[in-house]
Amino acid sequence: MFQIKEQPAVFDVCIIGSGAGGGMAAYQLAKAGAKVALLEAGGYFDPADPKYITQLKWPWESPRRGASTTRPFGDFDAAWGGWELEGEPYTHKNGTKFDWFRSRMLGGRTNHWGRISLRFGPNDFKRHSIDGLGDDWPIGYDDVKPYYDQVDKLIGVFGTVENIHNEPDGIFLPPPPPRLHEHFLKKAGKAANIPVIPSRLSILTKPINDQRGVCFYCSQCGRSCQAYADFSSSSVLVIPAVKTGNVTLINNAMAREILTDPNSGLATGVSYVDREKLTEHTIKAKVVVLAASAGESARLLLNSKSSRHEGGLANSSGVVGKYLHDSTGASRSAFLPHLMDRKRYNEDGVGGMHVYTPWWLDNKKLDFPRGYHIEYGGGMGMPSYGFGSGIEGLNGKYPTANGTTKQAGGYGASLKEDYRRFYGAYVGMAGRGEAVPNVNNYCEIDPNVVDKYGIPVLRFNYNWTDYEIKQAKHMHETFEEMIHALGGVALGTKPGADTNYGIAAPGRIIHEVGTVRMGDDKKSSALNKFSQAHDAKNVYVVDGGSFVSQADKNPTWTILALSWRASDHIIEQIKQKNL
Amino acid sequence: MKRRDSLKALTLSSLGFAAMNPQEALAEAREIESQLPPETPLKIPGGRQKEEAIRDAKLMKEKFFTVSELATIKVLADIIIPADSKSGSASDAGVPAFIEFIVKDMPQHQIPMRGGLKWLDRESSKRFQKTFTLLTPAQRIQIVDDIAYPENAKPIFSQGVAFFNLMRNLTASGFYTTRIGIDDIGYVGNTPNMWAGPPEEVLKQYGFTKD
Repeated sequence: MFQIKEQPAVFDVCIIGSGAGGGMAAYQLAKAGAKVALLEAGGYFDPADPKYITQLKWPWESPRRGASTTRPFGDFDAAWGGWELEGEPYTHKNGTKFDWFRSRMLGGRTNHWGRISLRFGPNDFKRHSIDGLGDDWPIGYDDVKPYYDQVDKLIGVFGTVENIHNEPDGIFLPPPPPRLHEHFLKKAGKAANIPVIPSRLSILTKPINDQRGVCFYCSQCGRSCQAYADFSSSSVLVIPAVKTGNVTLINNAMAREILTDPNSGLATGVSYVDREKLTEHTIKAKVVVLAASAGESARLLLNSKSSRHEGGLANSSGVVGKYLHDSTGASRSAFLPHLMDRKRYNEDGVGGMHVYTPWWLDNKKLDFPRGYHIEYGGGMGMPSYGFGSGIEGLNGKYPTANGTTKQAGGYGASLKEDYRRFYGAYVGMAGRGEAVPNVNNYCEIDPNVVDKYGIPVLRFNYNWTDYEIKQAKHMHETFEEMIHALGGVALGTKPGADTNYGIAAPGRIIHEVGTVRMGDDKKSSALNKFSQAHDAKNVYVVDGGSFVSQADKNPTWTILALSWRASDHIIEQIKQKNL
Repeated sequence: MKRRDSLKALTLSSLGFAAMNPQEALAEAREIESQLPPETPLKIPGGRQKEEAIRDAKLMKEKFFTVSELATIKVLADIIIPADSKSGSASDAGVPAFIEFIVKDMPQHQIPMRGGLKWLDRESSKRFQKTFTLLTPAQRIQIVDDIAYPENAKPIFSQGVAFFNLMRNLTASGFYTTRIGIDDIGYVGNTPNMWAGPPEEVLKQYGFTKD
């Protein structure tokens, strides 16, 4: 696996992590001719290799019919890992909660993500200037726009030009037409004055090059596409990067520490442990790029202590680990009586929704500071574990086509008819919102606990504030408005103040960012505006750690753009002999 | 993987190793392993990880329900989803075997299922002096009718209702995730195709136009 004779004594760059940020950096730097060592803590993964393929499998090919007993998103989901990893604990402080999702595999969490590829808008980089909370980014939309454009072209994203100020349009492939329930959502949106527009997902509805196929509409991007028609860092960035011959990919390499020179304070390489053989290794590199995820990159920096970097590498400001924030989340589903007894046809479509709701209101008129978008689900999907569950709560409420109302529950031929008439008559909606970054929400090194490799682990401290809780309350009000406009019946009960309006526990939305934030002032930020450490110029962080604030969007497209931007900066600095 | 850890602990303690120091226990375990007959080599299905395949193989080997419990499950499953003009029955679709697996995979279902089956046999004995599977179809339905309708059931049957709800839900999961069930419900996807929106007549039916 690690053959010393084939490797240069010192790599130009060592990248830690192969998700969106690491994949993009590996791709750009290898294309530019740099010799790259790419460390991935998990195993090799190629969505086109039958060894790994779950796409197009049937539910009966899983003994638990796709239930989530061993994988949090079910047996067929392309994420190896989850909220808990054996032998790799994390802890909590002050009775708070933070759930940390880790994927240990080539491409990381991009193999199963929602492919929702939204650009941050001009306002999203300057929130402090708008509402006085948090901080502005040291860069603005215009700095990132050229990179968003390049990411759109390299990776591909569908959508429509809408000319909404804070939802910048991209270079779009054609979007898939709406499904039936999405037609209803569009109509309901018009009635409720809530915008419902084509979604923006990184799925190829048209060919963009000869390396990748086109979407064949199986709705299973969460299983990662064997035709490479969705964006997974494994298939779209890392595998092509390795093909340049400039990347030495080392799997099962769990980074332990960034090594630094005691005199200059600069990074000299990375020490890692082989997760399978438990052997110890060192990689020497002129530049070290962290892309291990906001949590893991903060952990690595904080664990890289030396006399030059007493509080950890890149942490003279003390901000590493602080300002951790995840998107807010709340959801509700509804039954649409007018969709009972539907005609059957294949409406799988792409993996995910064909329409969504971008943030549409003015926070100045609301009692909370930041916005959210709404994702929608529904349709005649493939049955899996849980199918038909809870029918006893519905089948007594709605008469059959010939007007008879049955008793709830039941059994037999009549029950079978009920499963058929209710199939595909539901919609789900999920709000994803922006939290206000907060210095009191953080991860730090637990002084007492190590993982099975002896690496000190993260300890989390996280509380939602009224800002986020009021936002979740508003989400639920919007859901009910939409459900009413749909002529639907909300399922379950609307959560109240006792449950903080159903706001998901921090970490559950898997958009955690902010732990190694960028800024112009080295006293209050760890990185400069090029994602380069203030304290060690040959150290970069290209995952969500660098974010000053997570917008009401999804972080991946911005991680990709900023990683590309940082890669350009590395190449330029090497050319100018600054690195 | 806390649950998995506890499963492991369970295996060790059930072999009587719990009180030993860990190293001794390991050494003993290795000795015992080497004395065990060679096992069939583990086959890792495509798309599964090794640890998952090991866990699945282990669960497959275990038995939870007794023969008579499984017989009751089969009768109940076929009452819930019988064959009709459109498709086969729950047992045609292998639902009892699915339920046997799922309670090993999700131990939270074990006591409700085992206890529920016991409740059913007690109720059968009280009324007809026989266990459920030995009743006539009409006698079975008499009991099922008392527990199949949650909103109208008498309070004294509430435990039976809870059991029947679980049984109904597990039966649906097991049935509709098979070829028979998927054909019955009319899911026609999971195959490469070209999506161009709902069929014209469907759009028309609901008053939409293509856009």
